Amino acid sequence: MKLAFKLAYRNLIGAGLRTWLNVIVLSFSFVVIIWLKGVMSGWDYQAKTDMTNWEIGGGQYWHKTYDPYDPFTLTDSHAPIPAGVTGELKTGDLEPQLIVQGTIFPDGRMMPVIVRGINPGQSILKLPTRKLDTITDAIPAIIGGMMAKTNRLSPGDYVTLRWRNVKGTFDAADLVITGIFTTNVPAVDAGQVYLPLVKLQEMMMLPGEATILTFRDEEKSRTGLNGWTLKTKKELTRQVDEVIKTKSAGQSILYFILLLLAMLAIFDTQVLSIFRRQKEIGTYIALGYTRRQVVGLFTVEGSMHAVLAAVVSAVYGLPFLIWQARVGWTMPMDTSEFGMAIAQTLYPVYSVGLVISTLLIVMLTTAVVSYLPSRRIAKMNPTDALRGKLQ
Amino acid sequence: MEINTMITIRNLEKRFPVGKDEFIALRDINLVFGAGEFAGLIGPSGSGKTTLLNILGSLDVPSSGEAVVLGYSIGNLNAKQAAKLRKEKLGFIFQSYNLLAVHTVFENVEFPLLLLNIPKDERNRMVMDALEWVGLTGKVRSKPPQLSGGECQRVAIARAMVKKPSLVLADEPTANLDAANSHHILKTMETLNRELKTTFIFATHDDKVISYLRRKIFLLDGRVDKDEVISAR
Repeated sequence: MKLAFKLAYRNLIGAGLRTWLNVIVLSFSFVVIIWLKGVMSGWDYQAKTDMTNWEIGGGQYWHKTYDPYDPFTLTDSHAPIPAGVTGELKTGDLEPQLIVQGTIFPDGRMMPVIVRGINPGQSILKLPTRKLDTITDAIPAIIGGMMAKTNRLSPGDYVTLRWRNVKGTFDAADLVITGIFTTNVPAVDAGQVYLPLVKLQEMMMLPGEATILTFRDEEKSRTGLNGWTLKTKKELTRQVDEVIKTKSAGQSILYFILLLLAMLAIFDTQVLSIFRRQKEIGTYIALGYTRRQVVGLFTVEGSMHAVLAAVVSAVYGLPFLIWQARVGWTMPMDTSEFGMAIAQTLYPVYSVGLVISTLLIVMLTTAVVSYLPSRRIAKMNPTDALRGKLQ
Repeated sequence: MEINTMITIRNLEKRFPVGKDEFIALRDINLVFGAGEFAGLIGPSGSGKTTLLNILGSLDVPSSGEAVVLGYSIGNLNAKQAAKLRKEKLGFIFQSYNLLAVHTVFENVEFPLLLLNIPKDERNRMVMDALEWVGLTGKVRSKPPQLSGGECQRVAIARAMVKKPSLVLADEPTANLDAANSHHILKTMETLNRELKTTFIFATHDDKVISYLRRKIFLLDGRVDKDEVISAR
C-alpha cells in the first residue's frame, strides 16, 4: 500500500497540469463547502446567542395558556408571580413580563401591537429598558428599529395607545418614545412596544401579575411551577434549529453540484488514464503487479487528488476562511425582514468536526469515483495492454 | 531434468478464438533452455514468437501442453503466483521500451526493486550499478521523453537487469533503433549475459540481433522450423 501511495504520488506530480486542474476544482469544492457550512453554523450560533440575549435569557416559564402564536390567548394569560421564584426575582435573576394586546395610532393610522411590561432595571435581556426609567408627561415606551421604521416613529415622538383592561374596559393614553433599539431578533422588535412593568400592571388592573418569567441561569435544575409551563432554552431555540436544518438541506444541492463537478473531472481523468495508459498498465503487470494491484494503484492515484486538494485548500482556503471568520459575510440585502434572527453580517464558525467530516466525505466520494473506472483494468489482457492495444 | 535447465516446453499449443473459430498461434512446441543461454525465437510477423515469449513470461497461458519456467508450470499458476514469478525471477525488455514516462531514469530502474521491498540504501546502490552497466549514470534525473531511443532501451535493459533476474525476455528490443544503437544495446546484453550468467531469450526478426545469438530457433506458422545452436562466439 505504501508503494501504491509512493507511485501514485509520482504519477500525479508527473502528470503536471492535468493533475493540478483537477486538484484546483476539488480544492474549490472543499473551501466552498466548509465556508458555506461555516456560515450556517455561524448563523445558528448568532441566532441562538441573539435570542438568548434579547428574548429568552436562560429559559422561561410561560403562563399555562400563553401561546405567542395565538393573540386570543393573551386575554387570559396572566397570573400572580408565584412565590417559588421570589428569591430569583429579588436578585434580578428572574424577570417577569406582562404581555397584552393594544393598538397604537401613529399618524392617525391604527396599528395592532403587543404591549410588554418589563422591569426597567432588568439585566437579563439586552433590551435598553433603562430608558423606561424616565419621568415624562406620557408613559415612557421603547420600541425596536423595525417597528420605528414601519410606524415612522422617532425618539421623543408621542403616540396614542389604546388597550382593554382586565375588566373589559377600553382605555387610552399617550406614550412617548424614549428609546429605539436595534436588534437582529424580529420577535422582540416587530409589533412590540415595551412599557414599565408596574405601569402596565396598573393600566391592566393586574398588580403583581405576569405572562412570562424569564430566568438567567439555564443550568439550574428547575421544578415546574403550578399554573406555569417551563420552557427550556433548547425548546425555545428549536425553531432556529429547524430553520437551519431546512436551509442546510437546500444548500446540500449546492454541495452536490460542486462535488459532482469535481467528481466528473476525476472520473473523466480516470477513464482517460485507463485508455491512454494501457501500455503502462501492461508494464506494471509485466514487472510483477497483479491486475488487482494495478486497480488499487489507479484508485489510490485518483483518491490522492483529494489529498492534494486538501493541501492546496489549506494554502489558499485557510487564510480565506480565517479572514471570513474575522470580517464576516455581509448579506447583500436588508435582513430585518427575514422574519427570524439573522444578523446583517454573518460570521462563519468552523468546528473541527465540520472540517473533518467535509474532508472525509470528499475523500470517500473521490475514492469511489476513482475505483469505478479502474475496475476495468481487472478485465484487461496484459499482453494486449503491453502493446497498447485498446480494450 | 538437468540442474541447469531453465525452461522446458512440452507439446505446447496456443489457440485464440476468432469469432466462432479458433486461430492456432503455436502448435506442438517442444523446447528446452538451459541457464546462461543467449537464444532467439526468430520468425516473420505472425509466426508465434511473441506469443511464446508471453507464455514464458507468465503473461499468458498455454491452451494445452506445458511450459515449465524455473520450476513453475505456467498453466497452473494463479494470478498472484504468476506475478510473484515475474517480480522475482524475470526481466522484460520491450520493443517500445515501455518506460514510465513521468518517472525519472532512476525511478524507472528502481521500480522492480520497490516491488521487492529492498531497503533504500541497497536499492540505490543496485540502481546505480545497473545504470553503470548500460552507461547511463549521467542521466539519472532525466525523464524518458528527454532521452534518445537508444538511451530509452538502455534504461529498459537496466530495469530488466537491476534485480539480476534468472531470465530476461526481450521482444524485438532493437526494432525502433538505428544500427549503431542496436549494436550498442546487443553488446551490453551480451556482456551482461556473460558476466551475470543471465539467460536471454529474444523474439526477433532483426538480422543484427540474429547475428549475436548463440541459439537460433526459427518459428514458422506457430511451429519450430529449425533449432540451431551456434558454437561459442
